[in-house]
Amino acid sequence: MTVAEEISESIARAQIEEKREGWNRPPVIVPQEDGELLELAMGPHHPSTHGVFRMDVTLDGERVIRLKPVFGYLHRNHEKLGEGQSYLASIPYTDRLDYFCSLTNNWAYALAVEKLSGQAVPERAEYIRVILAELTRIQNHAASIGFLIQEMGASGTPLMYAFREREKILDLFESLTGSRMMCNYMRFGGCRVDISEPWLEQARKVVAGLPRFVDEFENLLTTNEILLARCQGVGVLKPDLAVNSGVTGPMLRASGVNYDIRKVDHYGIYDRFKFRVPLGDHGDIYDRYMVRILEMRESVHILEQALNEVPAGPIMDPKAKIRGFRPKPGEAYGRIEAPKGELGFYLISDGGANPYRYRIRPPSFINLTILEDMCIGHNVADVVLIFGSVDIVLGEVDR
Amino acid sequence: MKTVEEIKTAIEAAVPGARIEVIPNPGPSAEHSLLLDHEHALDVARFLRDDAELALDFPSNVSGVDWLDKEIVEKIKVKRQVTKTVDGVEQTVEETVDETRKHIEPGYLEAVYHLYSVARKHGPVVLRMRTVNRTDQTEMPSLTPIWRGAEFQEREVFDLFGIVFTGHPDLRRILMWDGFKDYPMRKDYVEPDDFEWEPTAHDEVLKRAQAHRAALAAAGGEGADATHDGC
Repeated sequence: MTVAEEISESIARAQIEEKREGWNRPPVIVPQEDGELLELAMGPHHPSTHGVFRMDVTLDGERVIRLKPVFGYLHRNHEKLGEGQSYLASIPYTDRLDYFCSLTNNWAYALAVEKLSGQAVPERAEYIRVILAELTRIQNHAASIGFLIQEMGASGTPLMYAFREREKILDLFESLTGSRMMCNYMRFGGCRVDISEPWLEQARKVVAGLPRFVDEFENLLTTNEILLARCQGVGVLKPDLAVNSGVTGPMLRASGVNYDIRKVDHYGIYDRFKFRVPLGDHGDIYDRYMVRILEMRESVHILEQALNEVPAGPIMDPKAKIRGFRPKPGEAYGRIEAPKGELGFYLISDGGANPYRYRIRPPSFINLTILEDMCIGHNVADVVLIFGSVDIVLGEVDR
Repeated sequence: MKTVEEIKTAIEAAVPGARIEVIPNPGPSAEHSLLLDHEHALDVARFLRDDAELALDFPSNVSGVDWLDKEIVEKIKVKRQVTKTVDGVEQTVEETVDETRKHIEPGYLEAVYHLYSVARKHGPVVLRMRTVNRTDQTEMPSLTPIWRGAEFQEREVFDLFGIVFTGHPDLRRILMWDGFKDYPMRKDYVEPDDFEWEPTAHDEVLKRAQAHRAALAAAGGEGADATHDGC
């Protein structure tokens, strides 16, 4: 079947489905009759794809009329690995999911195991978790904006500004956990090592410098003419479609949906801190950029509160059993607000030392569900930006 | 939020004929789930999404689970007529004998949906659907027409577990490549013998390499006479 035939068939199918389920399929654009269709594989080694990811794009001139993402180049069946080893042994593997945010991955997994076994976490450990998670969020958002601007054509400069700040945060991680990116820090029932007073002092110093960095970043970018021209009104995602497609994180909030798991689930101790949830109005790339900037500012607020309130006490639940851990049969779904969206772990225990089922709900993967809907009708150059604004990491998409 | 039992009654009132079963979760999380039947699954899902009080508009997580065939061993006391010689006379006596009986409970594949409500900020409600068996009847209705967020996740479950979602708009493999035959997340999956020679082969790797070469030689395939003598 040629592409033209396939598209005319999908138009017919869309008309049938529209009667049945309404808006639940990607929009269908009728190609202009004089133009010839071009099929193009963007990737897997395209510079914009953040790794190995392919988009099979059908073009009518410059206009995208169909886009099918192809993944799996980095697939290593992480979930099967998790079923073959003990609960403890999976923690370093979770670092490698979204390798930008290993600490939030640790937390999501630890939270799911704690929910599965009914463990409690000491207060000091909860504070450490919040501090590390918010630092992770800031460095992730800074880097993701840097990459987005890089794809817009600003080679290097904004990205290096972001990386300069990210280095400071990674240094903090390194001095605490021993590793800059693969932190392997949290355990079910607490954390691995305690923070020290000098570390807290250093963290306060870094956090005190962050608002200035965000100001500088905004001065450079927010009112930039090129950024406005390329981002506003591009890749619009409507709120009802965003919710129905399972989109989470800054992307969902940029569409104007007030849903932050930190506020909804109150996991950890997030109900103790004052912070606001930034929301977008239009759901375009610019709103996603802006929501990330504002979330960095809110994270700084959380950090300022948390760093000054860290109580003394143990960092591990004394009753927690790390080695030879065998939770009772049952299942649990634990989720947190990771920088990229809702990161969840679904665990089924049959009473053994290994989980019977170990499932990850990866935010980057599920946020790509509506990539096609956002790209259809735009130019190829915009596809690169729309894709960049989703903020994905292929280690998590392919698992 | 309503409890699982209340949701069950609400569904049964709204979708006549739906057979819903509550699957208890013995763990501390106490997230009990609802088992749906195939015929009414779409109607039930539509009700859950559109009902003003539940408003489960956000499909968070779809996961497949593989439950293998279970061999169940029971010990039963059985009364039996036994012929015995008592005092030189043959008699038929009734005796109670222990007997072990084995039967195999067929396994199934299961899809688990975790639903939340963004509008009302509650959840999760856990839905389950089960296939008839693990081998030839692995169909179940797709819920993608109701929740678009299930699209890629159902494709992933199809790819890794082999559940065929009927009514899915684009059911293809997603993480494995198109020509791949097996379903790697199943519990009885056997890795293919696609061993490749590596220069520092020793111990286990060496054994595997030898087995692999022997298998190739037996099949008369190419590479049987490979001169990888380093290993």
